[in-house]
Amino acid sequence: MSQLLEAIDVVKCFPVRIKGKKKLLHAVDGLNFHIDAGETVGLVGESGCGKSTLVRLLTRTLDITDGHVRFRGQGIGLIAARAMADHPLRREIQMVFQDPTDSLNPRYTARQAIAEAVHLLTDTRGAAAIDSAVEEAAAHVGLPPELLDRYPHQLSGGQKARVGIARAIVVKPRLLVLDEPTAALDVSVQAVILQLLDRLKREMNMSFLFVSHDLNVVRLLCDRVMVMYLGQIVESGPAREVFERPLHPYTRALIASLPGGHGNDSDLLVGGDPQSPIDPDAHRCRLFGRCPRGVERCQTQAPPLREISRGRAAACHFVAPTQREVFVDAALAVHKVHVTPARRAALTTEFDRLADMARQVQSVRLPDDDAPAPQYRP
Amino acid sequence: MPATGCSIRGFGGGASRVDRKAGGVFWLAVAWLALVATLAVSAAWWPLPAPDQIDWVRLTAKPGDGHLLGTDNLGRDIAARLLFGARVSLFVGLLAPCVGLLAGGLLGILAGFYRGTIDALIVVVIDTLLAFPRLVLLLVVAFVFGSSLFSLTLSLGIVIAPSVARIVRALTIRIAEREFILAARAAGASDAAIILREVLPNVLMPMLVYMLVMTGLVIVAEGSLGFLGLSVASPMPSWGGMIAEGRDVLAEHPHVSMIPATVMFLTVLAVNLIGDRMRGWLDVRESQL
Repeated sequence: MSQLLEAIDVVKCFPVRIKGKKKLLHAVDGLNFHIDAGETVGLVGESGCGKSTLVRLLTRTLDITDGHVRFRGQGIGLIAARAMADHPLRREIQMVFQDPTDSLNPRYTARQAIAEAVHLLTDTRGAAAIDSAVEEAAAHVGLPPELLDRYPHQLSGGQKARVGIARAIVVKPRLLVLDEPTAALDVSVQAVILQLLDRLKREMNMSFLFVSHDLNVVRLLCDRVMVMYLGQIVESGPAREVFERPLHPYTRALIASLPGGHGNDSDLLVGGDPQSPIDPDAHRCRLFGRCPRGVERCQTQAPPLREISRGRAAACHFVAPTQREVFVDAALAVHKVHVTPARRAALTTEFDRLADMARQVQSVRLPDDDAPAPQYRP
Repeated sequence: MPATGCSIRGFGGGASRVDRKAGGVFWLAVAWLALVATLAVSAAWWPLPAPDQIDWVRLTAKPGDGHLLGTDNLGRDIAARLLFGARVSLFVGLLAPCVGLLAGGLLGILAGFYRGTIDALIVVVIDTLLAFPRLVLLLVVAFVFGSSLFSLTLSLGIVIAPSVARIVRALTIRIAEREFILAARAAGASDAAIILREVLPNVLMPMLVYMLVMTGLVIVAEGSLGFLGLSVASPMPSWGGMIAEGRDVLAEHPHVSMIPATVMFLTVLAVNLIGDRMRGWLDVRESQL
């Protein structure tokens, strides 16, 4: 699968003033990840961990402080949010918002709200053509055409959510970013909207970035999941694997805290407030203080996000890297090469590929004696 | 279903008794304004003396004594002057808020939408203007622009602009942080498009109601200016000017001041009542959102 979106060391800082001193709030602090074409990626984390900031960075409605964002190989990270309005890629990244009521202008009907996106982002012109595009999108999200001429206050929460989704998909984006799309809905309506999203995922040729704090929702809907804590990704991997075998203490705590007895009570976070995102200590693990496993080393050396096994990464000293990662590190050290974490991950993946080839040739002894995942052998 | 406060207002049922009462007063107010407006427009066609025609025989005549509402201390027909004065009051009362809304609204939207330096600058200007005593500001502006009907409208508009700007700014800030603004941005709308299509319609509705409040204020302000001799130049009649001219004979012939004062009072009251009622409707609409 080809990479649709790639984020490299993305940073977003907000200047804040505390007791007259200028400080930086690190909302998003050096994120590296990618979203493949046709893939559904979940992003979970507690409130205030930077999820919504990341969403706004990726949808280019907020300026990036540092780092790169590539969309279909094209760098879009440096485009100012205000200049993005006229960019040809604007259409390809669309958003569904958290609060269906708040995200619709009370002065416009559903039809007008959806039509505005068509008018601004596509070449469709003429009332009839726009109308048919609007009605097609409405049908796609299960919104009866007779509701199209209603104002938001005449629609139910679920219907408003459908309008919001229709507005995003009517321009046929390649990436749909959903920022907690069901958080503001009644539980009964949530299920219906999730079914709708699941259907859209199968029917439309789109990638989804699904932001949520509801782990169960992410597990049901997503291929891959990224867990975020205080502006950093602490764990990522295939959704099923992450939920069945969480590696990072924070992920384990999230799963242990789910009602229904998944996980283990000893995994729960210990008391204490999360660290402040304002001028954080770069050498200390962000979870230190709440982590049930924290040791001296966690205070002096922040663990980087490392690939643990193929497709899975975690940022914790207690999660051992695989031997092949050790091998890559050793190779880099021998050649005295310094690389970014992204490059290092890429090298590890490259190593994987070479190892795969080697396995096929069956003549080279592998330095990797991990229990190989079934898909390793063709 | 439990009927909670505002959500039931205006939807019939048990809570509408107060509303129905307000409705009667509301229609009275509308009728009064319609009457004043009609008379102002048709002022020239009534069988009344010209507003500047002096009846030397009957100075400060009582109502009914050859003149419908009597004459003022120069022997001019009060009824005729009221009708022509209504033109001034209504013209100023309707147009000055428009001027204020245009100037103040523009500043307020820019400040509230862009924040930052623009906001800081505009707020300084607004606060400076608001810190001035209204009347002093009116005097200064009226002095600068002279005392024609046009300049009177302009000066009153300028005087109310800062308070309009402040309200519009607050409304804009509240609207700018709502998600539909972000949605418009994600849909590729430019700043101008967002201001015109997303912010403006949401600011305009509450501001139209505020305009009515302003109309009442402006009519009263015209009266104050008239008292200071800074309203439209004599002999053009205005309600404020008429009240002022009756000042000298207030003790002996109170009707010269009291008749225009009563008409102005009723008109301002009517405008305010209508404004209050419209705000009620708007609250219902908003609470449904």
